Amino acid sequence: MRYIGHAPSQIDEMLETLGISSIESLFNDIPDNVKLNREMNLPRPLDEIELKRELLNISKKNKAADYVNFIGAGAYDHYVPAVVKALVSRSEFYTSYTPYQAERSQGTLAAIFEYQTMMARLTGMDVVNASIYDGASSLGEAILMACNIKKKNKVVFSGAIHPEYLTTAKTYGFGNGIDIVSSVYTSSCETDWKQLEKLVDDNTAAIVISMPNFFGVIEDVKQAEKIAQAKDVMLIVSTNPITLGLLKPPSDYGADIVVGEGQPLGNSLNFGGPYLGFMGTKAKYMRRMPGRIVGETVDADGKRAFVLTLQAREQHIRREKATSNICSNQALNALAATIYLAYLGKNGFRDVAYHSHANTQYFINEAKKLDHIKIINPKVFNEVVVEVNDLDKKYQTAIEHKMLPGLKLNKFYPEQKNRLLIAFTEKRTKQEIQELLKVLGVS
Amino acid sequence: MENVPLIFEKSRKGKEGFKLSPLKVPEIEVSKTLGEDLLRDELDLPEVSEVDVVRHYTKLSRMNFGVDNGFYPLGSCTMKYNPKINEEIAAMSGFTELHPYAPEELSQGTLEIMYDTQNLLAEITGMDYFTLQPAAGAHGELTGILIIKKYLENKGEKRTKIIVPDSAHGTNPASANQAGFDIVNVKSDSEGLIDIEALKTVVDEDVAALMLTNPNTLGLFEKNILEISKILHDKGALLYYDGANLNAVMGIARPGDMGFDVVHLNLHKTFSTPHGGGGPGSGAVGVKAFLRDFLPKPLAAKNDEMYFLDYDIPYSIGKIHGFYGNIGVVLKAYAYIRSLGAKGLKEASEIATLNANYLLKKIEDMFDAPKDALCKHEFVVSCKNWKEEYGVRALDVAKRLLDYGFHPPTIYFPLIVDEALMIEPTETESKDTLDSFADALRKIYEEAKQTPDILKSAPHATPVRRVDEVKAAREMKLKYQG
Amino acid sequence: MSNIPTDLKYTEEHEWIFVEDSLGKIGITDHAQEELGDVVYVELPEVGDKIVKGEPFGSVESVKAASDLFAPVSGTVVEINEALIERPELVNERPYDDGWMIVVEVEDESELDDLLTPAEYKKLVEGE
Repeated sequence: MRYIGHAPSQIDEMLETLGISSIESLFNDIPDNVKLNREMNLPRPLDEIELKRELLNISKKNKAADYVNFIGAGAYDHYVPAVVKALVSRSEFYTSYTPYQAERSQGTLAAIFEYQTMMARLTGMDVVNASIYDGASSLGEAILMACNIKKKNKVVFSGAIHPEYLTTAKTYGFGNGIDIVSSVYTSSCETDWKQLEKLVDDNTAAIVISMPNFFGVIEDVKQAEKIAQAKDVMLIVSTNPITLGLLKPPSDYGADIVVGEGQPLGNSLNFGGPYLGFMGTKAKYMRRMPGRIVGETVDADGKRAFVLTLQAREQHIRREKATSNICSNQALNALAATIYLAYLGKNGFRDVAYHSHANTQYFINEAKKLDHIKIINPKVFNEVVVEVNDLDKKYQTAIEHKMLPGLKLNKFYPEQKNRLLIAFTEKRTKQEIQELLKVLGVS
Repeated sequence: MENVPLIFEKSRKGKEGFKLSPLKVPEIEVSKTLGEDLLRDELDLPEVSEVDVVRHYTKLSRMNFGVDNGFYPLGSCTMKYNPKINEEIAAMSGFTELHPYAPEELSQGTLEIMYDTQNLLAEITGMDYFTLQPAAGAHGELTGILIIKKYLENKGEKRTKIIVPDSAHGTNPASANQAGFDIVNVKSDSEGLIDIEALKTVVDEDVAALMLTNPNTLGLFEKNILEISKILHDKGALLYYDGANLNAVMGIARPGDMGFDVVHLNLHKTFSTPHGGGGPGSGAVGVKAFLRDFLPKPLAAKNDEMYFLDYDIPYSIGKIHGFYGNIGVVLKAYAYIRSLGAKGLKEASEIATLNANYLLKKIEDMFDAPKDALCKHEFVVSCKNWKEEYGVRALDVAKRLLDYGFHPPTIYFPLIVDEALMIEPTETESKDTLDSFADALRKIYEEAKQTPDILKSAPHATPVRRVDEVKAAREMKLKYQG
Repeated sequence: MSNIPTDLKYTEEHEWIFVEDSLGKIGITDHAQEELGDVVYVELPEVGDKIVKGEPFGSVESVKAASDLFAPVSGTVVEINEALIERPELVNERPYDDGWMIVVEVEDESELDDLLTPAEYKKLVEGE
């Protein structure tokens, strides 16, 4: 009996208390013709030693986990400090439920309040929620929010948004018939502002940009602000939080809603999840924002304490009139992000952003000296698109050197042949970058 | 008692925790590489030492209460024990360090886990195909209802309504609304089951689906499920299963055999993955074969040579998550299923049901509750009599339970029961624990009679006293301003 | 027993209206505020908005509940109670006085005939 609390004799005592002779009779209310009446066809149970051995063997089939990683594209190989891992592993955090009973949940509540504060400072937004599932779904929720606020049902995307974010947003929009159109990107992998502006019409609720964009490029964000103001639409900005260690917060260029993937903040890659989506907005839209929010208050003794608030927006009270159906957050991932930001602090966080950017610049400057690597647009933060000859062959060489040289862009853009999107974090060493240059730079 | 601490108050100028060595690559001038007008002036993050951080979050953790601290009979949430080996497995670097866009041939381990989990869940539920992409129960609901919408659209049908019982989780109507449907409520009968006659009157050609959890939120098995299924299917509507309560029926009855077309599961409930203080969870969605082509992209698949991500899903709703879902959570659920096997899962459901019936028997005399009723893995009692006789509400009972070292049950849900306490003990709790919980409730019952003020001013032994929710909602302090 | 002034008309959804010179002042009843508990937020239309009899024109929130506000009559909003933005508790403290919500220019005073009299409303509340 795995994970069962009773001694066998206690089960008998319980049956006696209930005045029944077998557990089966507790299922007499289930009609026979819906019962399974056979054993489920599952693999035999494993003891802990067998289980660990088997899963360790399976994990070793993930050869890429050991490789030097230059892939980014929405998930980044930043260092996760031991402090973060140790503290989120405290079971008082990870075995608790949603903090509905505030008096015994101050740990989670205070941490979320800190998260909201730090993310508000990072993004420049007035209010940030307790987090959403991931970057792509937070963008999906943002377009629904914008359409509700503006009472319109069209959203215009920059052509340089993460393609899988666009797909996700379209799925979110499908339910309520929201029309999502996307502009093209220019030959230098930037948003085509003129075309984007033309796509905005009277029925448009918002425009969506990514900063930096999917191709790593620092966008001319003033253009976005100008268009949003001129056309009276909301500006939704999707951003990588690490870049905000150096870059201006999106509030400075007029963002109404800021969303993004919080994974780079102290969360492991985990093949795409669990991550956390962050979402912030201006005070005036606070009540239209989906997701949990923690507020400060006092307890019966007048001492500062924290509690879930603004709950009248949420599904358990408003049911079908709620701002969203979401009823959880990625609490443990948000906790990791909070501890990460606290631990790195003002200087450490800036350093991670700076080292990531400096490594990228080093690669670009060295690549420029080589004949066989073409940098598509050098105005980037931590990620850059390169074009090389014989990409498939070079990619294979990199793999042989236990290196993941980047994301082949033809995965999403068939027209972008021989192009790689390469990401750099503070973890990448000078030697690793030189090796990458060597592999990509051969004729 | 003191104020709950915040990290910002520990900050002292110049303190450092994490520090990188100087750059090995050349230093750069960011004003040149990024442009002067794009640089931020100031970033106000804490300045604290490593010890400050560790002490602060350790202190905060001690203000929390998790399953490892004690009994957590939160109805509808299945707060079972979270096995430690599953945490250890999910933390293996082969899993944690894998990038979602790493080449498939170098990601075979995780793809194998995904593929196997899809199939294991299909067998457990009697469905044909599973997607692991939704990150939570409500996310799964949205996915499932969008699949139904796309399927109907593809058939050229414009159905506009989703039926939801009055006992349903609030997420059901919210999810259906988010998928663009109108909500029709159907009431429960005197037994607490769906009123079949009322259902017949609302099912018509505009109805896309009925969302149902079975056993329902009162912990009762909808024994007329095959008739319900026929009523819906005869009118061309589908049946949606909210899997929040699957912990009652594993190995005993399967939603696929009950006539459900779409199900979502909460891997963080039935399959023992921890709740994490409100997430991450996983809301895997299963469908019958005729809906396979509408699932989100991609699915984990296998050919003669290897596992791969299959994007060939002709009418897919698209994507509901940036990558493939909360894979780290899926891993823990996979480990749990492999630990228990078919017999172990069935036993989990049996003992969960035994525990609920036993606890109900031990406490039913104190409450407005149907006597000698058969419940499944959870049950609902009403404190209406406590309120009328002693002026004590379900909220007060819940807060007082905290003083006795228990996490309270779910309160005020389902909405159709006044002053509800919704209790779900789960199979991992021992008879001794159930007995001591029942004893505590009995003491509290006596207190309600003798000294009701102790309840109304509870809790007394928690890190903070009862919090002022009204002040929070009126003042809206949502970030630290100090 | 909750307070039900005799000079007002009522809706079945617990709004009251007081009409003078074609201007109707609207709020929620004492019974309604009691049921809701401590009001933490009131969402109101803007001046100039049209409201339609029987349709929601705003909402009122407590910590544990949210209720739509239903228009007793059709008309155009000419004034809203700005004080409720800072002090929503006025709805609890003085629901028929400082806790009023909006004033509308009533389109058709005959619509008032469909509303409940104080006696009828009293019966409704007692029946709940």
